[in-house]
Amino acid sequence: MLALQGRNGSGKTSLLRMLCGLTPAASGEIRWCGRPIAQIGEEFRSELCFLGHQNAIKEELTPLENLVSTARLAQEPLDEDAALAALELVGLLGREDLACRYLSQGQKRRAALARLVHEKRALWVLDEPYVALDKAATELVAGLVGAHLQRGGLAVLTTHQAVAVPAGSVRELTLGDDVAAQQRL
Amino acid sequence: MLSLIRAVIGRDLRLAMRRQADIVAAMFFFIIVVSLFPLGVGPEPDQLRRLAPGVLWVAALLATMLSLPRLFADDHRDGTLEQLALAPQPLALIVLGKVIAHWLVAGLPLVLLAPVLGIQFDLAGDALAVLTLSLLIGTPALSGIGAIGAALTLGVRGGGVLLSLLVLPLYIPVLIFGAGAVDAAVTGLGAQAHLSLLGALALGGVFFAPWPTAAALRVALE
Repeated sequence: MLALQGRNGSGKTSLLRMLCGLTPAASGEIRWCGRPIAQIGEEFRSELCFLGHQNAIKEELTPLENLVSTARLAQEPLDEDAALAALELVGLLGREDLACRYLSQGQKRRAALARLVHEKRALWVLDEPYVALDKAATELVAGLVGAHLQRGGLAVLTTHQAVAVPAGSVRELTLGDDVAAQQRL
Repeated sequence: MLSLIRAVIGRDLRLAMRRQADIVAAMFFFIIVVSLFPLGVGPEPDQLRRLAPGVLWVAALLATMLSLPRLFADDHRDGTLEQLALAPQPLALIVLGKVIAHWLVAGLPLVLLAPVLGIQFDLAGDALAVLTLSLLIGTPALSGIGAIGAALTLGVRGGGVLLSLLVLPLYIPVLIFGAGAVDAAVTGLGAQAHLSLLGALALGGVFFAPWPTAAALRVALE
């Protein structure tokens, strides 16, 4: 796991977006298994799970519908029992039939993170996954990331909090002012 | 591939059903604009019959325009568009699904309303049939071409006005052949040539539009 740190505006989110291929890098090249991601686009994206600043949760849909429709769009259909199990794990059972616009910020984040419970793709790119979460949920997400690492997965995440991940090796990278200065150019 | 398109259509239709106000607003806009003309122009049947094709088609264009800005804006705002762009499948396929869903929600109701509204203009039965048919063939082209404009103006402030300026000129061929088909039916000439050209526009619009739209969306996400 790679934990990115750095003050606001130091380019953490920009780096993550470049890693996903959403933003083209101004210089240099990003490679997956030795090949540039721009060339192997679809192959790379089938190994990638990205969770951005925004939750990608539809306000009109319930957490359950959000989870199932996201899985269908990713072509990895999720049956209702598995989806309910994921919602139970993130503590949204009992709210699964409530439209997401009635949920609090933290609950929406939990609904978005429920996606990770059954996520089998190799590379997780998470932008500030702990934002708006309470202590229990933060530990839960750290646990999910830990389990993912144990399965041999990779994770890149940005955070301002030091959260212990139960398993796997963690490297930390702090983006400094020089990167921020380069970004402004 | 088909299952992906089906998943996108299903999701968008479900979202539209949860937000019926949007669909109903566009339909009422269509009904009211079309109904204002007989009131304003006066009740002479000959004049109304001449006006009918143009009025109905222009109102259909404007009603489609109303729903276009939201085609990608909601997905852009809540981050869903990023997820769609990072899906392993080509973004153009997802866009195609969204275009089809947009037509089902915004185009099809206009087609179904048109024969009823046509009666206000004293159109005969065969002219009403051609009107409905021309809208049925032409409105998918409106959704397809509109998607390009919606993607190009995504995230731009005041994008709605810009969208109209971009898209309405591109709608002109559809308008000419659509209204022309009805006009030909009213005057007793054959509408087939117009309908064939309209069909060609619709096929081109729906099947080629997703690629430039997908490219524009990727630029908007950078």
